[in-house]
Amino acid sequence: MLTYIVFILTIAAIYALLAQSLVPIWGQTGMVNLGLVGFFAVGAYASALLTRDFGWPVYLGPIVGLVAGGILGLIVTLSTLRLRDDYLAIVTLGFAEVVRIVASNEIWLTGGTDGIAGIPGVFERGTGLTFHVQFMVLTTLLCLVIGLLITRLVKSPWGRVLRAIRDDQIVASVAGKKVVRFKAQSFMLGASIAGLAGALYGSYISYIAPDLFLPLITIYVFLAATAGGNTRALGATVGAYLLVAWLEISRFIGEVVPVLSAVQIASLREIIVGLALVIVLRFAPGGLFKEKRQKAPVT
Amino acid sequence: MSFDILPQALVNGLMAGTVLAVPAIGFTAIFAIRGYPNFMIGAMATIGAYAGWMANSSAGFSLWAAVAVAFVAAALIGLVTEKVAVRPLEASGALTMAIASLAMSIVLENAIRFFFSNNLRGFDTPLERDVVMMGIRFGPQQLRNLLIALGIMVAIWAILKFTRFGRAMRASADNPDLARLKGVEPVRIADITIAMAMGLCGLGGALLAIDSSVDPMVGTRLLLSIFAAAVLGGLGSIPGAVVGALSIGIIEEMTVAYLAPAYRLAISFIVIILVLTFRPQGILGAKVR
Repeated sequence: MLTYIVFILTIAAIYALLAQSLVPIWGQTGMVNLGLVGFFAVGAYASALLTRDFGWPVYLGPIVGLVAGGILGLIVTLSTLRLRDDYLAIVTLGFAEVVRIVASNEIWLTGGTDGIAGIPGVFERGTGLTFHVQFMVLTTLLCLVIGLLITRLVKSPWGRVLRAIRDDQIVASVAGKKVVRFKAQSFMLGASIAGLAGALYGSYISYIAPDLFLPLITIYVFLAATAGGNTRALGATVGAYLLVAWLEISRFIGEVVPVLSAVQIASLREIIVGLALVIVLRFAPGGLFKEKRQKAPVT
Repeated sequence: MSFDILPQALVNGLMAGTVLAVPAIGFTAIFAIRGYPNFMIGAMATIGAYAGWMANSSAGFSLWAAVAVAFVAAALIGLVTEKVAVRPLEASGALTMAIASLAMSIVLENAIRFFFSNNLRGFDTPLERDVVMMGIRFGPQQLRNLLIALGIMVAIWAILKFTRFGRAMRASADNPDLARLKGVEPVRIADITIAMAMGLCGLGGALLAIDSSVDPMVGTRLLLSIFAAAVLGGLGSIPGAVVGALSIGIIEEMTVAYLAPAYRLAISFIVIILVLTFRPQGILGAKVR
């Protein structure tokens, strides 16, 4: 039971990182990353392959994930940032699909739909509970550090520019801000956090496959970020922990309702998550931790 | 590179592209009139496939009637879902609506999975010999699909060109404010556009499923190709969606013939990226910012 709780807390911290990745992109800059799960997957695959097959040291895995996410974030956004924001929505959604197609088909590299097993853990795996606790501490610390970093960035002049772009792109560019560059930076920051989360995830559960990276994950994370408050790292983090708690509780509810098959229970959970996102977007768009009004400095 | 298979690949591509044009028109029409990308299209294709399959295999409808059922079912479910779940978010902006539509597509696809499980099913299609003309094979069902798709396109063109509604629709795509001043009712236009577009996606999904299988992933298989067709033709342009779909059909079949079948969809994504980088307005679209 203790191992189970520690496991859930670790997964929750990884989801929290994913939710935090939406804070700069979506909450602050007003861009959308519907391919979030694609960046998550790229981070997981890049770090798994380099540490397992190419003999890179395991502690470089998370850094590999971070860098891979950032680079792909830049590539994906390069073509669309000059266009209306909905083009980015289409491209990112397509990106996640393509990542899955490539992962399923480049069998020589990714193991195809069988996935990659035996991914080296950042810590020694044989130690039972100790391993899980070590991982929980690592992911939670990273979550804290990155959360604080985002909070700091949001308060900085850089963050102010992002919000200016979000609220009125034209005004921001008239004020001399290079809109495209700021958007690319913000997107890259978010995408690298998602890549980092992917690397940690693969290293923790030791096995990844294309089926673990369905668009549903993106919806989970959007729900977490929206419910908690997508403009603040604190909100996104709290949202992610709440989401994971709900997913686990609903798993137990599913087990005590015997009339439904496993497929039906799984689909019901996903239906509820999708509906919850629409309901939160409509009735509580600011989330639990709303954006703080910034006072204009006295001049 | 062998040229023997080139004519066959071209013909296959044109036929696949014509079918692809149907949902692509739907996607681009919503973008033109409502101003946001609606990601329910995939779920609607799946719903159309299942509705058509039920009409065909349980109720014994002919394939033609089953395809019509697919259109109606997707149009109704799509319109209701959009009105209840997506449209109320209009004030929050296009992106919020796009996110909500993605969430609803997950909801609908899982509703299908809930009732029908993940099993593969198939339409009741007669076993027929391929027709061979000048060394090129044509599947009889492919030809029927082609006819249906062409019929639909002519119908849409006629509606847009000659009816009062068509003029109102084009007017509100051009300039919504002016159209409103002229007495065009925005809510009605939105309703009809959504219903029609969702119906087209359902019909497209059914046509695809007749040729392959009925399962919860029908829409997912179509999604990237629809995006690519709409973007290549120019988002928001209906003739563009047709041209884009034909091109994507050919490009995908060429990939199958000369590269690797698995990369059919990845090629679509590369097309999207290239088009947006070098010619974001697509082949026929208006200039975009």
